[in-house]
Amino acid sequence: MAMNSTGRGDTRPHADTAVGQTTTFTGNRGLQIEEALIFEQGQHGRTAVDLPEPPKVKARLGKVKPRGEIGLPGLSEPQVIRHYTRLSQKNFAIDAGFYPLGSCTMKHNPRLNEAMARLPGFSDIHPLQPISTVQGALEAIDSLANWLLTLTGMAAVAMSPGAGAHGEQCGMIAIRAALEARGDKRVRVLVPESAHGTNPATAAALGYVVDSIPATADGRVDLDALKAKLGPDVAAIMLTNPNTCGLFERDIVEIARLIHEAGALFYCDGANFNAIVGRVRPADLGIDAMHINLHKTFSTPHGGGGPGAGPVVLSEALAPYAPASAVVRGPNGFALVEHAEGSSFGRMKAFAGQMGMFTRALTYILSHGADGLLQASSDAVLNANYILASLKDVMSPAFDGPCMHEALFDDHFLKDTGVTTLDFAKAMLDEGYHPMTVYFPLVVHGAMLIEPTESEPKESLDQFIATLAYLANRAKAGDAAHFTGAPRLAPRRRLDETSAARKPVLRWRPTEVLDEAAE
Amino acid sequence: MANLKFTNDHEWVRIEGDIAIVGITNYAQEQLGDVVFVELPSVGQSLTQGKDAAVVESVKAASEVYAPVDGEVTEINPLLLDQPDTVNGDPQGNGWFFKIKLTKPAQLDALMDEAAYDALIADQH
Amino acid sequence: MRYLPLTQDDRRGMLAQIGVGSVDALFEDVPKSARRSGPIEGLPFHEGELGVERQMKALAGKNLPAGSVPFFCGAGAYRHHVPAAVDHLIQRGEFLTSYTPYQPEVSQGTLQYLFEFQTQVALLTGMEVANASMYDGSTGCGEAVMMANRVTRRSRAVLSGGLHPHYAEVTRTQARWTNFTAVDAPADVEGSEDLAALIDDQTSCVVVQNPSVFGYVKDLSALAEACHAKGALLIVVVTEVVSLGLLTPPGEMGADIVVAEGQSIGNALNFGGPYVGLFATREKYMRQMPGRLCGETLDADGRRGWVLTLSTREQHIRREKATSNICTNSGLCALAFTIHLSLLGETGFTRLAALNHATAVTLADRLAKISGVTVVNDSFFNEITLRLNKDAAQVVEELASRNILGGVPVSRLISGRPELSNLLLVAATETTTPEHIDALAAALEDIL
Repeated sequence: MAMNSTGRGDTRPHADTAVGQTTTFTGNRGLQIEEALIFEQGQHGRTAVDLPEPPKVKARLGKVKPRGEIGLPGLSEPQVIRHYTRLSQKNFAIDAGFYPLGSCTMKHNPRLNEAMARLPGFSDIHPLQPISTVQGALEAIDSLANWLLTLTGMAAVAMSPGAGAHGEQCGMIAIRAALEARGDKRVRVLVPESAHGTNPATAAALGYVVDSIPATADGRVDLDALKAKLGPDVAAIMLTNPNTCGLFERDIVEIARLIHEAGALFYCDGANFNAIVGRVRPADLGIDAMHINLHKTFSTPHGGGGPGAGPVVLSEALAPYAPASAVVRGPNGFALVEHAEGSSFGRMKAFAGQMGMFTRALTYILSHGADGLLQASSDAVLNANYILASLKDVMSPAFDGPCMHEALFDDHFLKDTGVTTLDFAKAMLDEGYHPMTVYFPLVVHGAMLIEPTESEPKESLDQFIATLAYLANRAKAGDAAHFTGAPRLAPRRRLDETSAARKPVLRWRPTEVLDEAAE
Repeated sequence: MANLKFTNDHEWVRIEGDIAIVGITNYAQEQLGDVVFVELPSVGQSLTQGKDAAVVESVKAASEVYAPVDGEVTEINPLLLDQPDTVNGDPQGNGWFFKIKLTKPAQLDALMDEAAYDALIADQH
Repeated sequence: MRYLPLTQDDRRGMLAQIGVGSVDALFEDVPKSARRSGPIEGLPFHEGELGVERQMKALAGKNLPAGSVPFFCGAGAYRHHVPAAVDHLIQRGEFLTSYTPYQPEVSQGTLQYLFEFQTQVALLTGMEVANASMYDGSTGCGEAVMMANRVTRRSRAVLSGGLHPHYAEVTRTQARWTNFTAVDAPADVEGSEDLAALIDDQTSCVVVQNPSVFGYVKDLSALAEACHAKGALLIVVVTEVVSLGLLTPPGEMGADIVVAEGQSIGNALNFGGPYVGLFATREKYMRQMPGRLCGETLDADGRRGWVLTLSTREQHIRREKATSNICTNSGLCALAFTIHLSLLGETGFTRLAALNHATAVTLADRLAKISGVTVVNDSFFNEITLRLNKDAAQVVEELASRNILGGVPVSRLISGRPELSNLLLVAATETTTPEHIDALAAALEDIL
């Protein structure tokens, strides 16, 4: 059996003596309201939208019958507003506090972005309106594209992918298309062990065999191991730079040279672009394709899990294979190439791209400018190193030396304390912090990946450092119960993920149905 | 028991004539944590030694179970479909995964006996 | 700079703590050949809000908003009225600036609304389970086909001639590069295709859109049976989700997977994105579903709560063996969808659907009277195909010059087919007024 030993702990909460808390009649705790599901609050016939009575017409539904009852609950507007307001109060957010999730770049989401994206000239235009009526939209896409090209030094950019992973697929298909166009049927893709799971998933889905490259003791790709794995059957390398351990791959130019010499191509995962944006152009490192997470580096809001956008910058070699749709500048204005022509590998998504994210990212970029972006990446790296330097003696950095925009620790400092990385993270919740990324990258035991971003004030970093030091010392002092029973103050204690996976309940059902099932 | 063998990858094999019963060891289930789902091969499927035979999932990990020997699947354990936690509770008994009809019985000779396996996991601790 | 809190004093102090003289010292690993001496050339410097606003407003001002003129474009994106409450709620910082609910104890807001969303999607589609959303309908369509391939262990998909051409292209692109076959039926302008004839025992699925891109509404029960008889799955695509407020849902017609574009509910047109893909299937296929799933459970104090579950299907765990490489869902767009649907409720949603259909009937009847116009459809929900006596793309340009956005020419979606060049897709929603219809009719009478 393939062993997965990253040190991850239990997924069922420990039986713990109940926390001594004030109990209330309602179960509510001050501002924290126990909110039922909308389905448990609905009433027949109630609605929050006043619509006119439809005129009587002869239906044209062909042979399809009108449907019976759907089962949606009816609520009034005050109830709906209250429901979602209460739900929002159970969420941690960047607006509320420090969100140091490594590899996610949880920087401040500027409100100007929201205002600009909502201008009717952007939000109220249809993707298939005549091109003459959306020249401003095409110009905005072109403008953002030009910024991305200049910041990266690359030759072309595919704007249509809907998220980072989608962009990865776009870049890898372009690579495969380019290789096949020259009659090259290479079957292997090299991926560092530390890569994000989307990398091997993307490669495997395209039919490639994924060959893992180990890291050296200092957390970078093992160049000798890489050389040994090169051969005429290698299609590409998928490398993240800075890598998932928060370190700059110092051999990257040499890696690019070796890859190209072997006739292969270089895909760069741009998730960590925030460390170098405005300072280093990935083209100067030798890459052929890189996706950019607009929701990471360029501040479009994370929105509870999406939407994102993942435009992909491409080298000259890959530019011809870019997918539809594409904005092109002509003598009489902008045009939209909507049908995959020539060598284009096809279409990734309907319409022209995540316009709502383009306007937000463009707003952010115009606000920062070249100087602001350089300052942003500099501050991001400074902040991460400040945390690393301040905690290196009380916690255990995974690697020696400075980091880039994120600092990686392992769980060595928790050895023999009875406290796991997971327990440590849960204790942070009670202190008012969202934990850092845990158990990623997989190459480090009990990984803790801290990415502060540039939008964190020093005062906030200082309090964070003091808190982590306090928790580390408390764990080392032997107070494991404090951690294993955490959190105690969050809207929920630890949740039983095992039962959720064994007996999945993925929707609400009316009790009558459940009672029947029980009989 | 002479008819109980182990692999480096923490599978156990109990031999009954020309049928081998396969599961994962107690050490393996401890490392895995609570098992939430087991994906079993199909009856009649041919398995090759060392290649993927089944998948055992916990909440946070999905691990391949490899075929310890070549053979054809004759039976899969129906208990695991509804009660995957049996793998945790009785990994080397009721938590068996599948039975195969051996095509190359000589392969068993290369597998470890219980003493050798115990030594292996003692080393890993 | 307003988004960068560190002061020069801060930076000095921090560098001292780290033990380096400058930030540049932290970038020693950057190869010398890639180092630069300052900001990247050729790009402007930072700007205050006023300056940025001016630039963005200038760009926005070069577009014609749909709400400012008579508007009839559909073809996969629809203009509906979104109540003011939706946008206010989704802009709450706890929704806007939160992340994927990896720490469920402090993400119950997100998890509860995802659970409600999944329930709503299952109810609307008439299916048993739904996921927490895909990027959009078109990528959901591709994912549905790949799921059908996994479930049936076959690799030949049949695509209806009524499937939105962009959706078909996305699916064909996936087919080409992830090694399966997609067979296209010819464009089903008359609504008369016989897909059952294209199913063989190598077919993993048939993908059909209802209402079709040409507007037709069909009972797919017979097709479902034909699929199942050959061991294939029926995938039903719905690009106008409001239609589910009136029509028999795909689940009751025998669909195995339903993929829908949720944009019509809660989300503006936004020039094509971000949108929100709805994905629903039968419980027996649950573990083969791509994307995130939210499940109910209990916490250590026995209180009900929610978590992301069945994650082992996903890329961050299965890596090469994942059901999909998808990472993100369309969170905020899914929230907008679920809030809008909560506001509508049963009464509001069914009435909205009825209004859409009634408006489309009025539109169809009015346009049918114009010489030079034939309404091709004998059935529709809120979108019809017109056959014109002139090139449809040119007519649309002419209408635009008269400040009418008169629909989407089929040639915009399907290129290189001159015989389709006189076809125009025209949609009506509850936002379409009698004055709009009159304006369009008058203009067409003039032009044709």
